[in-house]
Amino acid sequence: MPREHYLNATYGIRSWLLTTDHKRIALLYLASVTFFFFIGGAFATMIRIHLLTPKGFLVTPETYNKLFTMHGVAMIFFFLIPSIPAVLGNFLLPIMIGAKDLAFPKVNLLSWYIYLIGGGFVLYSFSTGGLDTGWTFYTPLSSVYSNSAVTPAVLGVFINGFSSILTGLNFIVTVHTMRAPGMTWFRLPLFVWAQYATSIIFILGTPVIAITLLLAGMERMFHLGFFNPQLGGDPILFQHLFWFYSHPAVYIMILPAMGVISEIIPTFARKPIFGYSFIAGSSIAIAVIGFFVWAHHMFVTGESTYAALTFSLLSYLVAIPSAVKVFNWTSTLYKGSISWDTPMLYALGFLGLFLIGGLTGLFLACLGLDIHLHDTYFVIAHFHYIMVGGAVMGYMGGLHFWWPKITGKLYPEFLARVAAVTLFLGFNLTFFPQFILGYLGMPRRYSSYPPEFQVLNVMSTAGASILALGYLLPMIYLVWSMRYGAVAGPNPWPATGLEWQTASPPLTENFDVTPEVTWEPYDYDNRPDLGLAIKGAPTLAHGDD
Amino acid sequence: MQSDLPLYPEQASNFAANVDALMVYITAICAFFAIAITATVIYFFFKYRRKDPGEVGVPIHGDMRLETAWIVVPLLLALTMFGWGAVVYVDYRRAPMDTLDIYVIGKQWMWKVQQPTGLREINELHVPVGRNVKLILASEDVIHDFSVPAFRVKMDVVPGHYNTMWFRPTRAGRYHFFCQQYCGTNHAIMGGWVTVMEPMEYAAWLSGSSDATANPVAAGEKLFVEKACTTCHLPNGRGRAPSLNGLYGAKVLFADGSTVTADDAYIRESILNPQAKIVAGYQPLMPSFQGQLTEEQIIDLTSYIKSLQSQPVPATGSGVAPATGNK
Repeated sequence: MPREHYLNATYGIRSWLLTTDHKRIALLYLASVTFFFFIGGAFATMIRIHLLTPKGFLVTPETYNKLFTMHGVAMIFFFLIPSIPAVLGNFLLPIMIGAKDLAFPKVNLLSWYIYLIGGGFVLYSFSTGGLDTGWTFYTPLSSVYSNSAVTPAVLGVFINGFSSILTGLNFIVTVHTMRAPGMTWFRLPLFVWAQYATSIIFILGTPVIAITLLLAGMERMFHLGFFNPQLGGDPILFQHLFWFYSHPAVYIMILPAMGVISEIIPTFARKPIFGYSFIAGSSIAIAVIGFFVWAHHMFVTGESTYAALTFSLLSYLVAIPSAVKVFNWTSTLYKGSISWDTPMLYALGFLGLFLIGGLTGLFLACLGLDIHLHDTYFVIAHFHYIMVGGAVMGYMGGLHFWWPKITGKLYPEFLARVAAVTLFLGFNLTFFPQFILGYLGMPRRYSSYPPEFQVLNVMSTAGASILALGYLLPMIYLVWSMRYGAVAGPNPWPATGLEWQTASPPLTENFDVTPEVTWEPYDYDNRPDLGLAIKGAPTLAHGDD
Repeated sequence: MQSDLPLYPEQASNFAANVDALMVYITAICAFFAIAITATVIYFFFKYRRKDPGEVGVPIHGDMRLETAWIVVPLLLALTMFGWGAVVYVDYRRAPMDTLDIYVIGKQWMWKVQQPTGLREINELHVPVGRNVKLILASEDVIHDFSVPAFRVKMDVVPGHYNTMWFRPTRAGRYHFFCQQYCGTNHAIMGGWVTVMEPMEYAAWLSGSSDATANPVAAGEKLFVEKACTTCHLPNGRGRAPSLNGLYGAKVLFADGSTVTADDAYIRESILNPQAKIVAGYQPLMPSFQGQLTEEQIIDLTSYIKSLQSQPVPATGSGVAPATGNK
């Protein structure tokens, strides 16, 4: 008689589609965001193949425009934004704070259905004419001139926004009201801090994008002049509103990944995180300052010099909290006991790639450089380093870290390391050449390009094929491990968080008895329960200096 | 000379060297941090690699001096990047007075260029080397963007606005220009070539290609009559609307007491949205011409109004602010 847990407590399709268990909802999200990831990935693959030759050899310009638009919409709104919060956050946040579930379990399920409805509208748009506005939906192109299926797409993104808002609301209320005894704010795992900061952005930012896209949709359907100058509107107003959300949305994507990294590094270095309060505080600082930098996307629209100066300065300020995190993560490694397990390899990859992504942001925040770099491949490279190199590497690292908890099984370690290294190398080969392409002036969103740019494009496409293999591999062995993987046990690493105090997979109520927290986070030195050699263990003599 | 795999585009304008120097500065700082941090992380990975399965790390919780240092030092470095970037940017945005003004109109998916003489080009732009050039950018439909990588210049072309940009070509040659704001199906081929010529050649080119030359002043004068502007804007200042003689470049006084220097953008706004600024002493009677004129026709009208600069300004009824000496 196997032990009962959340996966085998009930059976049948209804028990999944009507579940209010945050862990099952997390798995529903896992399936759906993976679906959109592979759709977006397929579009990306076609884009890169098309760009092998200067004239473009796969599709027509019109189709190419649809490919990059649909790649962006699928990846940003339906994969990156929900990925870590709705999958890992949903699964872990209640367990990490010692709660039985989120504060509003039914609302949590509602979030997923709203996501599905929004996703349905977008898939309808993709399959009935496609979408060619760019994921940014700039007006008046999107609201007047585009001949593609814009209306269902903006409705889909509009609807999907409510899913984010409800998830953010659920997380904030849960963290405030449902922490176990002894789980004070400064004992919260840093992953929870990151989810909390992300939730603030969800709640404050998402309504703005929702109403903005609705206005664009209404201009398209009913010819109301919000953004079209021929009807008395202002196309630049759209950009202000759009970026007011969409810049903070970048932090929606990267903050949760930073939270994952802040869990992985102390666990696999087996020591407290360096500067806990600075890492926690910098998440909040990023969430707040991130709301005041949006117009750095508009330095070449003709905005006033004073506005440009202000937004450039603020953009440099928002870089500082990210730098603080990187320095603290690096310092955490000092005198650690570092294992090279797969999650740690992803954390290492994240550090390297996020570093480049973040530092190249300093080029774009610089007014004198942004004029030349704006809307070139430099920007493409920069944000892929943040979103793929940062957010997706964090997501993959987190998925591997918590996979034993989610499924109760271990994945094959060797294959997983091979995949992590493949992803890192493929990623750099794909995107590093694009920095150079950008400085040379190659514009983004071009279905054909002058022949002098070909060599770097071929390098990029070669990298993309390696990258694609790197993503298929985990897909295969993770699914394989669900059935054939070795049994993980409750705490295979071992790690210090509450989620590792319960069984793998956890039971439906997460804990037999509500845990009481008496220790600080990542406090390996005071955790005899983990069975490690603590307090001046002789093995530490190796790390002498 | 450029190598086969260049790292930066040719330097062909007054901005190029400054921008490249700024690029080198920021790259140097960022490369230093990227390499230093990556090397440290890799060093730690090897040095502190776990030797025994039961081993734990040394508990170190933080260090206030380090935290302060890595907040303050990056902040100071970031401020230097901001400052240098701001200086370069202000240079971009402040056009000199003595510019050669060229109109550039973007529409899906071509560029129309009008030289000061009225000579028109399509997807080509000819400019003389060593001369300050100002482009006045307008769009007929969606947002476009005019960008010349070899000049390190770029500006969005926004419907409903005039944007301007300036540069001084420093080297003769042919350089790409691109539309750099996604504008629909044929965005990728909405580009062309800037030809930078020696001043003598440019002058010869201008006079030699007369067959393509339209006369914007004449076209504007014709429109001025056709659209019945003449009914109110009498040259003698006795009409229901101010005389336009001597208007261009002069300071105009408004009903609310504010003033503005009459430039292309002001004239465009006054044609399309006449209620926006009411000249002192006049009623808001003028109808809007929004949707009735193409961008090219507006440029023709502006050219005609510019040509009135040399006409005698009536003592009253010109709308031009009296020169009181105080600005």
